[in-house]
Amino acid sequence: MNIVTTRRICQVFFFVLFIWFCTVTTLGGQMRQLRGWPVNWLIQLDPLVGLGTLLTTRTVYAGLLWGLATIVLTILLGRFFCGWLCPFGALHQFVGFLARRNRSTAVKINLNQYHPGQSVKYWILIFLLTMSALEVLADLIRLPGTHGLLFGILMLAALAWMIFKAARQTSAKPKKAGIMFLVVITVWLLLSAVLNGDQTSAASLQIGLLDPIALVYRSVNLVILPLVGRSFVSVSTLPRAYDGIFPIAAVFLSAILLNLSVPRFYCRFICPAGALFGILSRFAVWRVGKTKDECVACGLCEKNCEGACSPTSQIRINECVLCMNCLNDCRHHLLTYQIAASASGEMPGPDLSRRQFIASAVSGAAVVPMLRISGHLGKNWDPALVRPPGALPEKAFLSRCIKCGQCMRICPTNVIHPAGLQGGLEGLWSPVLNFRIGTSGCQFNCIACGNLCPTAAIRPITLDERLGRNRFADHGPIKIGTAFVDRGRCLAWAMDRPCIVCQENCPVSPKAIQTREVFNTIDTGSKLTVAKAETVYIEFQGTGPGMNQLATGDYFAVVQSSADHRPRRIVSNWERGLRVAEGLPFDPLPKPGSRIDIQVRLQQPHVDPNRCIGCGVCEHECPVPGERAIRVTADNESRDPEHALLLKR
Amino acid sequence: MDPDPNRDDVNRRQFLDRLAKAGICIAAAGAAGFWFYDSKGPLSSAPQPSNLTLKDFSIGLPRQKMSIIRGADRAATLGMALKSLGGIEKFVKKGDRVLLKVNAAFASPAMLSATTHPAIITEMTRLCFHAGAASVVVTDNPINDPAACFTLTGIADAARKAGARVVLPSDDLFCPITVKGAALIRNWPVLYKPFTDIDKVIGMAPLKDHHRSGASMTMKNWYGLLGGRRNIFHQDINGIITELAMMVKPSLVILDATTAMMTNGPTGGSLSDLKHTNTMIAGTDQVAADAFGISLLGRSLDKLPYIGKAQAAGIGTADYMKLNPVMGSI
Repeated sequence: MNIVTTRRICQVFFFVLFIWFCTVTTLGGQMRQLRGWPVNWLIQLDPLVGLGTLLTTRTVYAGLLWGLATIVLTILLGRFFCGWLCPFGALHQFVGFLARRNRSTAVKINLNQYHPGQSVKYWILIFLLTMSALEVLADLIRLPGTHGLLFGILMLAALAWMIFKAARQTSAKPKKAGIMFLVVITVWLLLSAVLNGDQTSAASLQIGLLDPIALVYRSVNLVILPLVGRSFVSVSTLPRAYDGIFPIAAVFLSAILLNLSVPRFYCRFICPAGALFGILSRFAVWRVGKTKDECVACGLCEKNCEGACSPTSQIRINECVLCMNCLNDCRHHLLTYQIAASASGEMPGPDLSRRQFIASAVSGAAVVPMLRISGHLGKNWDPALVRPPGALPEKAFLSRCIKCGQCMRICPTNVIHPAGLQGGLEGLWSPVLNFRIGTSGCQFNCIACGNLCPTAAIRPITLDERLGRNRFADHGPIKIGTAFVDRGRCLAWAMDRPCIVCQENCPVSPKAIQTREVFNTIDTGSKLTVAKAETVYIEFQGTGPGMNQLATGDYFAVVQSSADHRPRRIVSNWERGLRVAEGLPFDPLPKPGSRIDIQVRLQQPHVDPNRCIGCGVCEHECPVPGERAIRVTADNESRDPEHALLLKR
Repeated sequence: MDPDPNRDDVNRRQFLDRLAKAGICIAAAGAAGFWFYDSKGPLSSAPQPSNLTLKDFSIGLPRQKMSIIRGADRAATLGMALKSLGGIEKFVKKGDRVLLKVNAAFASPAMLSATTHPAIITEMTRLCFHAGAASVVVTDNPINDPAACFTLTGIADAARKAGARVVLPSDDLFCPITVKGAALIRNWPVLYKPFTDIDKVIGMAPLKDHHRSGASMTMKNWYGLLGGRRNIFHQDINGIITELAMMVKPSLVILDATTAMMTNGPTGGSLSDLKHTNTMIAGTDQVAADAFGISLLGRSLDKLPYIGKAQAAGIGTADYMKLNPVMGSI
């Protein structure tokens, strides 16, 4: 079979696999549900996720080890991931194909010329990786202080190497190298002495913003599937809603639509994973190239060149995405995939100057500490940032979350949403709970998000840990926040209306929302005085509330200045009188002329912060339609002792 | 003036042709404008009052019946309770399409008794098919996520295994309903569509504590048919439960008090909220069934005004002893 056909089949396979994985990411044991599908596999295969989290956490979490396989294959084969596997790349390729299918060969060749802007993706990669490597870098700077001996040995080794090279006279400018060496040592020692490094210099994983796999998972999970589900075939039990998806959709659509003017724009100019593969493929064992330098330079090999890697002249191996189109398009069969370098020469890549490298790295290192000047990781934390149960403390969370939206897709109640700026700019599109949307609050006995999260930004907790049972009985349940009653909006607190929907729905046992019974005297419009009374019956002198307005079972009559002023439940009323329940007759009978108060029995909700787990079912069910009268904030969340509310006893 | 050699002069024929086309376009635009002209603007949109009601599913016995069977095995007590009422055949005829309104309100496991126990759904479905039912539908509009509720409670699994169809409450199944003589359920969205081709309705409720209304039993179980922003009805809980009992005239109600939720209702959440009261109540009078249920919770009738209101509305009797309930035990 033709190599290009094989590549196309492979791309279609992985694209369909990707869509299938996204579709089945919904709780349940049926074939079309999560059951055991390895829905994170494509994320795990993406080595940028593995590398990024390795830099931020110095560990490779579970399935992310798959990234190593991709790295090994890339070192051997080149950027196969881009041309053969990446579902986002396949999408770009297809849209690009549609956009230029009727163009002339000359135009097509012109569209696939190398552009110096293609080095931007390397800047982006370095920018994002430095951001991730901040802590590692800080530790490296501190080396003279923390591991003096190691530092000394390293420096001596470097010195020995330089002397060796100078003696062999292989070094071009031994004097300059010596000065550089001294400068490096001085700067290093100086920096290690002045580097403070508090919380604000902690690493932040931001690769998810532009990593193609995270981006395409996020876009399909949060934009495409809900759109399809609402308009055509259902891909979840109920239509999904996601708050603030506009920028996510905008990024996705822009990336797709840019293919209309430049094929594979995203892959060539933006993609940080592509850049990583470009760097890794520098020493690729097999590579595309010409067998003989007998080329007539017709340029046909660039007609469908996806990577814009100039196979006609000196091929840029680090830009080649192994689409293999040139192998087909060359009429002289000069191009092939081989071990030898191209006969017309190769351009060593990537096209990145030292200055560009340093500029990207320095800005990457500066941007996170700069963002954190706002203090949003410290005392200025936003209580609206309610994270899913099992989410790590914010700093650790931000060093793992890749904003892929898997937790938002799997959440059975649709309560997890992409954050706006609640967590600061660096928390953009990370999971946050929005209790107004969805079918319920955060389900009491559900641990789906943490068990799906590909990077353990949300830990894979057990039900026992979540609910504080058995082994975790001492810890108590995991709290993601606390509900607060807004006494100015609550029906029972502010408006003399019985309600307690919040109490009813609190899933904790004993309930975290308890009620206290009060009897409030209501304004009946006019004073009610007794004209005539019997044991369960009173007739007024004037007129009172209309027919059966007090007969809901929540209203009570109280005789003022009577020895027995217990409230008596009203069972029926009319304008001139009322009747109370048989169980508690008036004794003594109210005297004519005595005043009657009408009281409403209210159960006013109180939250016990010790029991409240912040699940937000109360906020979801609260009948106050606009801003709810009971709302959950992240106060007292378990994941951060700094957010504790209560005195520990 | 020099004539432009590149310019083709428009001749008369072309001019008239163009004029005719322009005329048609102007006429079309004018006609469209006239057609869609609206001098008044939008009127205030009062919804069309709905005359839709649920039909009467009661089997029209000369007098109401009730049975109270003691025992811990749900399937056995349910079977005996029905037998003592004259057998399931009395309620479900050959070819009947039966709807079981279960309580699937919360996404919690069956052992916490916050929802209708799967065992009685299995048994009831089996009995219905045994009596020749053509189909059995199980439905509810739960409070928590519907899919999670039906799955975690074991209701979906039990129903499907027994051959019943589970209907999840999607938006298109709700229609505005007006209950005759009601003040609250007027043009209110109700889970109506599943009832359209049904012959018999059986309400199956667990016995639970309920802080706002006193107890959640067979009448309160119909709350799960309401859609929309139904939580506002908690402002008049006794009124809404009474009207729900007016809205649904079931063929049969089952109150499962094998395990009663004594405290922390209606969610429960802990085994310590439960008590084995080992009783199965079956009957045609929801008020009587509930009135008996309260005694198992150890509460007095005057704490639950809705029982009295429902009786006053003529739905049934709170004095269940009047029905000469069949008592038995296993």
